[in-house]
Amino acid sequence: MTDSKYFTTTKKGEIFELKAELNSDKKEKKKEAVKKVIASMTVGKDVSALFPDVVNCMQTDNLELKKLVYLYLMNYAKSQPDMAIMAVNTFVKDCEDPNPLIRALAVRTMGCIRVDKITEYLCEPLRKCLKDEDPYVRKTAAVCVAKLHDINAQLVEDQGFLDTLKDLISDSNPMVVANAVAALSEIAESHPNSNLLDLNPQSINKLLTALNECTEWGQIFILDCLANYTPRDDRESQSICERVTPRLSHANSAVVLSAVKVLMKFMEMLPKDLDYYGTLLKKLAPPLVTLLSAEPELQYVALRNINLIVQKRPEILKHEMKVFFVKYNDPIYVKLEKLDIMIRLASQANIAQVLAELKEYATEVDVDFVRKAVRAIGRCAIKVEQSAERCVSTLLDLIQTKVNYVVQEAIVVIKDIFRKYPNKYESVIATLCENLDSLDEPEARAAMIWIVGEYAERIDNADELLESFLEGFHDESTQVQLQLLTAIVKLFLKKPTETQELVQQVLSLATQDSDNPDLRDRGYIYWRLLSTDPVAAKEVVLAEKPLISEETDLIEPTLLEELICHIGTLASVYHKPPSAFVEGSRGVMHKRLPARTGSGEGTECPDVGNAAGGSAPEAAPSIIPSQGDLLGDLLNLDLAPPTTPAVLLPLMGAGFGAAPAVMPASLNAPVGGGLGDLFDLGGGVGMPMGAYIPPKTVWLPAMKAKGLEISGTFARRAGVIQMELVLTNKAMSVMTDFAIQFNRNSFGLAPAGPLQVLTPLGPNQTIEVSLPLSTVGPVMKMDPLNNLQVAVKNNIDVFYFSCQYPISMLFVEDGKMERQVFLATWKDIPNDNESQFQIQDCHLNSEAASNKLQGSNIFTIAKRTVEGQDMLYMSIKLSNGIWVLAELKVQAGNPNYTISLKCRAPEVSQCVFQCYEAVLKN
Amino acid sequence: MQFPAKMIHSLFLVNSSGDIFLEKHWKSVVSRSVCDYFFEAQERASEPENVPPVIPTPHHYLISVLRHRIYFVAVIQSEVPPLFVIEFLHRVVDTFQDYFGVCTEAAIKDNVVVVYELLEEMLDNGFPLATESNILKELIKPPTILRTVVNTITGSTNVGEQLPTGQLSVVPWRRTGVKYTNNEAYFDVVEEIDAIIDKSGSTITAEIQGVIDACVKLTGMPDLTLSFMNPRLLDDVSFHPCVRFKRWEAERILSFIPPDGNFRLLSYHVSCQNLVAIPVYVKHNITFREGSSQGRFELTLGPKQTMGKGLEAVLISSQLPRGVLNTNLNPSQGTYNFDPVTKLLSWDVGKINPQKLPSLKGSMSLQAGASKPDENPTINIQFKIQQSALSGLKVNRLDMYGEKYKPFKGIKYMTKAGKFQVRT
Repeated sequence: MTDSKYFTTTKKGEIFELKAELNSDKKEKKKEAVKKVIASMTVGKDVSALFPDVVNCMQTDNLELKKLVYLYLMNYAKSQPDMAIMAVNTFVKDCEDPNPLIRALAVRTMGCIRVDKITEYLCEPLRKCLKDEDPYVRKTAAVCVAKLHDINAQLVEDQGFLDTLKDLISDSNPMVVANAVAALSEIAESHPNSNLLDLNPQSINKLLTALNECTEWGQIFILDCLANYTPRDDRESQSICERVTPRLSHANSAVVLSAVKVLMKFMEMLPKDLDYYGTLLKKLAPPLVTLLSAEPELQYVALRNINLIVQKRPEILKHEMKVFFVKYNDPIYVKLEKLDIMIRLASQANIAQVLAELKEYATEVDVDFVRKAVRAIGRCAIKVEQSAERCVSTLLDLIQTKVNYVVQEAIVVIKDIFRKYPNKYESVIATLCENLDSLDEPEARAAMIWIVGEYAERIDNADELLESFLEGFHDESTQVQLQLLTAIVKLFLKKPTETQELVQQVLSLATQDSDNPDLRDRGYIYWRLLSTDPVAAKEVVLAEKPLISEETDLIEPTLLEELICHIGTLASVYHKPPSAFVEGSRGVMHKRLPARTGSGEGTECPDVGNAAGGSAPEAAPSIIPSQGDLLGDLLNLDLAPPTTPAVLLPLMGAGFGAAPAVMPASLNAPVGGGLGDLFDLGGGVGMPMGAYIPPKTVWLPAMKAKGLEISGTFARRAGVIQMELVLTNKAMSVMTDFAIQFNRNSFGLAPAGPLQVLTPLGPNQTIEVSLPLSTVGPVMKMDPLNNLQVAVKNNIDVFYFSCQYPISMLFVEDGKMERQVFLATWKDIPNDNESQFQIQDCHLNSEAASNKLQGSNIFTIAKRTVEGQDMLYMSIKLSNGIWVLAELKVQAGNPNYTISLKCRAPEVSQCVFQCYEAVLKN
Repeated sequence: MQFPAKMIHSLFLVNSSGDIFLEKHWKSVVSRSVCDYFFEAQERASEPENVPPVIPTPHHYLISVLRHRIYFVAVIQSEVPPLFVIEFLHRVVDTFQDYFGVCTEAAIKDNVVVVYELLEEMLDNGFPLATESNILKELIKPPTILRTVVNTITGSTNVGEQLPTGQLSVVPWRRTGVKYTNNEAYFDVVEEIDAIIDKSGSTITAEIQGVIDACVKLTGMPDLTLSFMNPRLLDDVSFHPCVRFKRWEAERILSFIPPDGNFRLLSYHVSCQNLVAIPVYVKHNITFREGSSQGRFELTLGPKQTMGKGLEAVLISSQLPRGVLNTNLNPSQGTYNFDPVTKLLSWDVGKINPQKLPSLKGSMSLQAGASKPDENPTINIQFKIQQSALSGLKVNRLDMYGEKYKPFKGIKYMTKAGKFQVRT
């Protein structure tokens, strides 16, 4: 006698038969019939045709039958709205029933029937139920408000249900409070700007009290709600933390993770020297470790979140490395996550252990896992410098195993190690070359070719090796073709005599026989470089590559902050901002960690955002950004790859001979500069405007210089710094023999030539001279930094004056940093070096500002919009090689900008800020 | 305009052959075709347990757990904490097990109406409603053969007509009016040791997952306290909501009003290496020679730190390399089995007698001409140690307040191997 009997019906006229049974006079038969209907529903059969007959069974005293009918109604009311109206009366009646169970059931079911006509009838019963004497009914009604809001938001607002709901936060029953919070949070999510959950110290206190008494699910709702609150000061923050920590010992892992979220967010506000801060850090580790002994599905979610937590606060789990060691029978998704965290936690102290483990993993069966383990060894080498040698020897051991995919992965990571530690481990090249033939994956082949090209001078038969690849050039993947092209050009530049033929062969393969525009373009560029200016070619192709660092696979800090505020959510599992979750993205609020209140300086850690609406890249597991490694050695061509063909092709069309006229000028510029500009034309930034030139001011009044008045300004034109002087003779006699000299100054400015005043300057005559300046003169730090002491001589005397130059004239043209480099650099510069300024009364929008700044070589690298506030991330390079990184916040309609500057030489910040102000306001 | 639903939208139950055998929708009906994404992932996974727990689809997310060879696939449409969903699914599994004794496809199909009623009661609009077993049982009575017969005859119902008493009290886990003739409270301290031992026999990691499971059948509203001889061992604990946390923080005493029946009082974690004794050792010699089609296999087991207690129910399993065709081994005790298809070797050892150590020796035949296998097999060990908790945790005393009668009290200790692995 089990329910399975409900599935066995006669084949013929099943629905018809059920219909008859539903209309039977016998209660028992009716109930059995409804059960059959429900059973069909559970396996996905369409029994909606029985709607009127089932609804007829609704008016009954039998609670089970009533529930079953309600179940059916919820499933099918939407498809039969007119019929559903028939049920309204019974609902309204049930809401008055003396049994609270029935009242609650009725209000709960009504809310699930998503039919507009019914919702109107729902309002009155709902209002009563929200004030019901029985808390069970009240808590059910609270959820019903959220359901109703989902169907008809306007109705809920008009009927004043939101206020009633807010009142329920002060209810005496903790379950009612928890449900009210849950309902309000849900409603608030569709109204990001409404002040529904008006959290203040009083309501927070009520929530914290309810937190101790409600069910585990209620605790999750309350904790998630608490996480949206920003405490007023560190005291309040600490007291909330103290009341939340007991939740870390809850058996429900979702409660634990929600509590971790609240603590991670609020501890941001606590001063680090506080004893309690240390206590809290210690308390966070055990619950996280415990999550890892739960079921694998829970482990997976926990690991994804721990991955964020160790990036934000590595100190929490730094001693817990061992719990992340992989067990043989962990599911693969757990294994891969554990591996990732092991690398994040790797340090000099535990690297020996980690390496031994990784080597063990590299002999396992699962290919994906083995590959990742081998890569992990490479990442360790890059992360922990002291371990590099051991990592390399481990990798060599693995290469000896001759397991094909292990060898290939090992070669890919060794290439990265070479890039990180140039000229250190080249002795292993011979071993690598032995395995040349076994490489069949493009990435491994490309890596090997890169190594051969990069170290061509040390590999005797480099030309033979590369030539062997060339035979099947057209069958290779693009990645390998590009790499081969570059490697052979490198080889040619290093050993020009023996390899001329080879290079011609590859150039013609790339340019004439290939359909791939990227390959063709690169071929043409090399060809032209080599044929017009081999010196420049050397500078370009053999340029020093930016070092890679382990930080390249970290999540960018702003995103990380946002994700920390969303611990435990899907966003945290995918490491993507919540706004990326399409279906749920109706106005998601961007959350940020609160600022520490104790210290004056803001601890917010802004960073490169993403240009396109904040859809951030996933934390790619590769060590080097995928484009950076291959294109990196070809200038910074990857600045705007999609646009390059369009810009270049017309140029190329002119034929080989004609092109040099265009190219040389830019090629003489420092690496990356000239070409970078050329390609930027098509970039998203728009046409830059001219550089900012301050108006001329009088530097030396005539009274002080026996009649010679000097006024002037500084400018940067086409990459040349110029001092533009206006000399006026206000004396009675002719002036001749002008000369100029600078005192030592902060940036080594010196005249690049003599002051060209060719004709004598007669009385009342004025002459404008422009004096090119170089930055290679002697250096002495001045105060203020941009002060310049000048001596001008003429036939009468020597005069001294000092003037201040806008530091923007020192901003060089190749000051556009690569994103990844920016990211790493920003993190790398200590927070103490950050300074913040306000720019007031500036009425430009962010785009205009960005354009204007670009004119003065302040380059916008990325833009990100957060809550209507544009964040522009910019880089500047000074002529002496100092980089300044900036974050500019522009809020639409607000004329006050905030700018944060980070620089390894923080003393330039003030001057840079002045430039910003000057540029933006002129 | 249809707004995305909060929380769990639908639930599909999928059996191991990939058929959906039950679906439940808490909001509008989601087409079961959404499960195609799950099936794709299932196909890609090498083992059933390798299906990723969170799968994105264009309009939904699928969050699944695999229990009792059934996938419980929850469909959500917007941002929902995945742990919330997984914990809820666990609760569903536990409830089914509690109601039907087993959680199998057959049991679920046999009780489909009760299942439906339960699911409806457990979740409202995606908000968990009643997930405590004792509350559910008051709302929907578990099926018994007797009740089914009675219901059929009398036409009565298996749905409770009264509001459960625990639902809103401050002790939602306990119903009022509990009565027993024999009042008893039993506690099982069960520890599982997870360990990785390397080739040379040294411990790489070892940790203990402990739980205290209780079966409390006491009349009225008893208030219990449980104290330990060495509470300092417990620095990483998760409690049942009934435990008063403040009291634990201050005095290291567990004070609680227990739920009625079976429940897990606390779980704990001991990871400090010097507290974790390794109760068993394995001597192994598994070698393959290059160019030979034979490999040697030798395994000897022995007790290590067992605190004088015997090792029982010892079971060895190991996944041998793919190149192994068959084995010819001799166990000194117990039975062994090698499956040439899955390459799984298992050896049911039974008890270990310290005087006569069990061993398994012999040869493995390899594919002729194949190269030496690259991977080293890992040996998994299962065992039990009765009457001992490996960490040394000991209950000091159990007291009851609030009721007058004298209950029977009992405490049992047991240690088991969890994921205990020896690398070779």
